[in-house]
Amino acid sequence: MSSESRDNPLPLWEVFLQPPGGAAHEHAGSVHAGDKEMALQAARDVYARRGEAVSIWVVPSEQITASTPEDMGPFFEPGNDKAYRHPQFYKVPPGVRVS
Amino acid sequence: MSEPFFEYLLRLGDDRLVLGHRLSEWCGHGPTLEEDIALTNIALDLVGEANLVLQRAGQIEGAGRDQDALAYLRTDREYRNALMVELPKGDFGYSIVRQFLFSTYAMHQWEALSACADTDLAGIAAKALKQSRYHVRHSAEWLVRLGGGTDESHGRAEDALNDLWRYTGELFATDAVEQALVKQKLAVDSSSLEAVWRRDVADVVARATLTLPPDGYMQRGGRAGGHTEHLGLMLAEMQVLPRTYPGAKW
Repeated sequence: MSSESRDNPLPLWEVFLQPPGGAAHEHAGSVHAGDKEMALQAARDVYARRGEAVSIWVVPSEQITASTPEDMGPFFEPGNDKAYRHPQFYKVPPGVRVS
Repeated sequence: MSEPFFEYLLRLGDDRLVLGHRLSEWCGHGPTLEEDIALTNIALDLVGEANLVLQRAGQIEGAGRDQDALAYLRTDREYRNALMVELPKGDFGYSIVRQFLFSTYAMHQWEALSACADTDLAGIAAKALKQSRYHVRHSAEWLVRLGGGTDESHGRAEDALNDLWRYTGELFATDAVEQALVKQKLAVDSSSLEAVWRRDVADVVARATLTLPPDGYMQRGGRAGGHTEHLGLMLAEMQVLPRTYPGAKW
């Protein structure tokens, strides 16, 4: 993942927000910033100024290792025809509610 | 002389309205998209504080003027803001240095006013204190980076600090209006804020590898309605719509 773009020479950071209520952090978007404190502030200003979050993580984009579109086949498709990998052949015990 | 507490609320509200407007001039012109949003956020915070304070001022005055009447229908001579906040926005370094100097002052002022005998103002202060802490953090961290950045950013931050220093004295000047209110616990003695302000400013200026300017002649006049030529021009732009189309709604 490139850490620079043509119109902004500052490094790119990925922003993760934890919503109120305690759910896990979720990816919200990205910001450009010179260092981690400024990235945190930019994330707050761009993504969390209307009470969207109780916690923010920022991570240098170049520290994220991502799968590529070419990985789609070998990574994910072999699972599609192996229904037995899904726990759907078990009888649900009485009294357990399935939502 | 109008009612002292009304006068005091105008000082508080006008500082924030004028600085909020100056800061809003960065909207669409910030150095990066992120900083454009950050500066505009702070501008909105300040205008929001001014809205609440001037609303309270209108109630205290009791002459039927609301916050819009006070903001849009007073002349520069009737404005009570300190001179520092009305100066043109300058370059990014200048706006950041001014924001840091003012926000540090405002933060200590709100902290003290949280215990104000007027519960309306105490409530506004408690709410504003939180956001003013962020304003200090944002401008202080930028100042440290400008000072410790390139020769150019260091030089521009230093020039801004030297230019603005002569306007800091007015923030801590107290007078009879204020002193009468201090006794009733309606106002904070501005001179009592100077020591903590100076401690905070000296700390960040040192981190920014800048030098605190020497105290020389201090410019004053804003609290009595004597302003620079810049305020009238700013108000002409800020007030043009309500003055041209009285009562306009959208």
